[in-house]
This record gives sequence, C-alpha cells and structure tokens, in this order.
Amino acid sequence: MARVKVGLGRRLVTPEGVALNLRLAGAGARAGAFIIDALLMLGILIGVTLALLAFHTGFGGSIGNVMLILWLLGFFFLRNFYFILGESGGRAATLGKRVMKLRVVARDGGRLTGGAIVARNLMREIEVFLPLTFLAFSGSRGLADQWTAGFGLAWTAIFLFFPLFNRDRLRAGDLIAGTWVIEAERRKIGSDLMRGEAAHAIDFSAEELEVYGQYELHRLEDVLRRDDAAAMAAVADTIRAKLGRYDVPGDRAFLDAYYRALRRHLERRLLFGQRKRDKFDAA
Amino acid sequence: MASQAIFTPDHFRAERESDWARLESLLKRVEKGSVRRLSEAELVELPRLYRATLSALSIARETSLDADLIGYLEQLSTRAYFLLYSAREPWGRQVVGFFRQGWPAAVRGIVPELLLAFALFMASAAAGYALILADPGWFDAIVPPGLANGRNPQAGVQFLRGTLYDAPGQGGLEIFATALFTHNAQISILVFALGFAFGVPTMLLLASNGALLGAFYAVYVPKGLGWGLTGWLMIHGTTELTAIILSAAAGFHIGRAVAFPGPRSRLTAARHAGERAAIVMIGVVIMLLVAGLLEGFGRQLIRTDDARFAVAAAMLALWTTYFALGGRRLGAR
Repeated sequence: MARVKVGLGRRLVTPEGVALNLRLAGAGARAGAFIIDALLMLGILIGVTLALLAFHTGFGGSIGNVMLILWLLGFFFLRNFYFILGESGGRAATLGKRVMKLRVVARDGGRLTGGAIVARNLMREIEVFLPLTFLAFSGSRGLADQWTAGFGLAWTAIFLFFPLFNRDRLRAGDLIAGTWVIEAERRKIGSDLMRGEAAHAIDFSAEELEVYGQYELHRLEDVLRRDDAAAMAAVADTIRAKLGRYDVPGDRAFLDAYYRALRRHLERRLLFGQRKRDKFDAA
Repeated sequence: MASQAIFTPDHFRAERESDWARLESLLKRVEKGSVRRLSEAELVELPRLYRATLSALSIARETSLDADLIGYLEQLSTRAYFLLYSAREPWGRQVVGFFRQGWPAAVRGIVPELLLAFALFMASAAAGYALILADPGWFDAIVPPGLANGRNPQAGVQFLRGTLYDAPGQGGLEIFATALFTHNAQISILVFALGFAFGVPTMLLLASNGALLGAFYAVYVPKGLGWGLTGWLMIHGTTELTAIILSAAAGFHIGRAVAFPGPRSRLTAARHAGERAAIVMIGVVIMLLVAGLLEGFGRQLIRTDDARFAVAAAMLALWTTYFALGGRRLGAR
C-alpha cells in the first residue's frame, strides 16, 4: 500500500514490521487540554495561597517568612514543573491531556527522554508566560502602551497559531524536543456481528453481493452498531432499491442478513488476495 | 446458505480474546502506577502479549472486514507499543545518570556556544564600563533605578564601602535568597527559550546583563573599591554568571541548530540540540539554587575579601573541574 499522509493520520512501523496508524491531536483538543491544565494550575495556586494564609493567621502571624518562602518556591515549581511532572508519568500526559485523551510521544517512535520533556515544556516560557507577563506589565502601567500591546499580541499570535502552520501540528516546544502529541483513545471491543445465527436466513445471489465493497460494508457495520431505527430504515431502503428486492422482514433483520452475507462473501475473496475497496472498485 | 469456511473470524476472535483482555488489564495497571506494580512473571508476559496482539492485528487486517475489531486491536497494540518502547528508566537511575554523565557531557557538547556567550558577556561588560567612565549620564540608561538603589556614580566612597561590607540591616535573608533564586532561574529559562528565535533575543538579554555588570564596576573602581566589589560579586557570581552564560549558550545551541542544521534535516538537528540544551538547563536551575544560597547567606555573613575570594575560587574550581572531567570514562582514549 502506498504511504500516504492524509490529514492528521500518521503511520508508525514497529520493529516487528507491523504498521500502526496514529492520529495526531487536533488543534482544538490540544487547546482544550491546555485550558484545563491552566485552570488547574490557577486553582492549585489559589488553593495553596489560601492554605498558607490560613496557616499564617492560625499560628498568630509568627511564621510569615517560612510561608513566603514556601509560596515563592511553590509558585516557581508549579510554573516550571507542572507539565514536566505530568508528562513524565507512564501515560506521558498531564491531567488536561488525559481528559482530552492525548499523549506525548517521540516523533521517531522511540524512547521519550527526560530531556525531551524538559525541552518541550521550557519553551512554554516564551509561548505562554512571556506574553502573559508582558500584558500584566503593560496593564500595570495604567494605559497600556499601544506599541507594546501590539507587539505582545503579535508575539502571542505567532506562537499560539504555530501548530496550525505546520502539517504535524508542532508547537515550538515539540519542534526542538522531537515530540508530537497523538490521540490516545481507549476503546472497548465491540460485539461480534457475525456471532450466532441470523434472525432470518435470506439467500443473496452472487450478483447481489457484487454490488458493494469494503467501504459500504463498514458504513453498514456502523449503522448496525449504532442501532438507530431511522438510520437503519434509510440504509435498508437504499440497499433494497439497489438490489431490487422487496420481499423481506424488518429493516434490522434484513440489514443483519445482508451484512453477514456480504462480509462472508468479501472475506472469502480477501483470502484469495482480492480486496474490493468500494462499490466503484471493479477488481 | 453458503457453506461455512474452516477459517472464520469467529474462531480467530474466540481463540485470542482472552489474551487481549489480559494485555488490556496489565496496561491499565502500569499506566496507573509504574512498571514496578507488575510481578516478575507479568513483566515477561507483557511483551509476549504485545507481540500476540500485534500479529493478531496484521492477520485481522488481511482476513477480516470487522472494522470495530481492527480498530480495537490497533489502539491496543499502539498503547502496548508506547509502553514497551517508550518506557523510561526509573527516576532514581535517571537522576544518578544526570549527575554522573549527562550534565557534564551536555555542557561539553556546547563549548563553542559557551565561548561565544562568554565573549559577548565580557564585551558588553567592558562596553558598559567604558561608556559610563566616558559619560556618567549613561548610568541611568543602563541600570534601572530600583536596582541601583543609590549606588550611582555620584555616590560617596563611604556609602559605597558600606554597601559592600556592612552587616545586613534586617533579617529575612532566606526570603531574599529564595526570591533571588526563583527570579534568576526564571530569567535564565527565558534566555534559553528565546534562543529558539535564532538566538537574537538571547544575545540582547545577555548583553544588557553584561552592561549592567560593567556599569557597577564603573561606579566602584574609580573610588578604589574594585577589588572589594569583585569579592562581593564573585562569591556567588562565579556560580551565577556561569549559570547565566550556560543558559545563554544552551539557547544559542538551539538557535544555531534551527538556523544552520548542517547535513542533518532541520527537525533532526533541532531535536538533538533541544535535548542536549534541556539537560544543560536542568543543571542551570540547580546552579542558580546554589548561587541563591551563596548570595543570600554567604555574601551577607562572610564580610572579608579574603574569605569571599576563597569561596568564589573554590566554586569556580568545582564547576570547571566537574564540567571538564565529569562523566569521562577512566582510561578511555
């Protein structure tokens, strides 16, 4: 099969020689993950600050220095190490990335080193925190200087939309760390649609099974798994019209029987090395 | 009805399904905690189950048209692949490896950039010094008033001597040390990250820091306090300035790889540079922690020139020996 890069799909060939199809995370999912992480960091910061203040007043204001040091160090570590710690775990994802079902991997499929994680996250300093400090700084001057604000905005925009300007959706940090972010969805195994006997055994002729190919079979599988009556009625009508037979029981039973017959037919051809991709495939 | 084939997806799936479920449960446990949660036998089982699932995937792709099954096997194999091939060493061994070999080796890998950063820093310090000697008006342009704190060319000798040798007015040294550490570390991370923009902003930041140093010398040296200022600065400066120059060099290293990747592809060059520079940066944060302690406590508590110079020289010797020799194999030629 030709090696194709369509959209966000990427191919990784394992050392065992099997190709795995990966999907790069979309910009929306990554933005969502970052927003979750940012809110979480803000929440932690506020929570810790309040807790330290409560301790301080609880001890009669006698341990202010220790509290201040803890706060300074805590802020520093939160700002610089929240992402690094999250991505150092077994799932290579911060909490936000876990929620959005993403993970960080090395672009070459190899080991994700500690150096790479540190590199990709220290770059956040110019991608996120520098523009933020910038805004806070110019804001505190009362009237934000227009040039400064404009520069800050342009700067933010360059790094914010950086992932949209390359086809691998790389952040500046990903670029120098040799990483990218992929979808890491976990899915359950579905029921086997071929198990047991069909409710109604219907015989289809070879010509009737030649009409469709693999693509249509998979769409049919989707419809059967979703089990939505309206969708099934529409699909059943289309197939009946195509085959020119109207002799049959309910939509579900008809589609089930046709799915089994079509899949058995196509799989048998597959054993002989003939793959019929879709209804236009004449092979 | 067509005759039942001998090989059917029913058999295929029924025979292997328990393996897949087993792999899934092992993966779930490792992803929650660490590899150490698995017993010896399970650790051996993991790669076997992975290969079994992977081969099931290739068989299913060639023989089955069950899209759901193929999709399931695909994601299970992918998860197992990244667990097996992307696994990291345990934390303890990583830390030991960093200090024994990784850090000094990474520093040795950026020597050309290090020399450039050092030269640039020294040149801008000299420029700052010369500018202010020629025209004291430059001082206010180079040094922010909050930082100068009265230590300007118009200040008297007595006052300046006091800033170097007097006991600190109030306590709170530990807060001072912490604030210095977090501030300097944040700046050095920024200097590093700015290297990505071909190193230009890094140069500007480094030059402005150098000019600042030169400006202070221009205040103290004409009053005969140059030697004292050196002791006052260098007790922590040998550590801190080395760390700042290192972070700039790490930034240049990335900027150079992005601008002039050489025979490798730009992305490969950037990746190698990024990883090496990141290791240097972890070290920089550690050095700045040491520098913060020296500046906050050492400088205020040790108030004679000789003792200050002794500490400064000891630190400088420590760092240079460590970076030059650390992690080299004994007997390797």
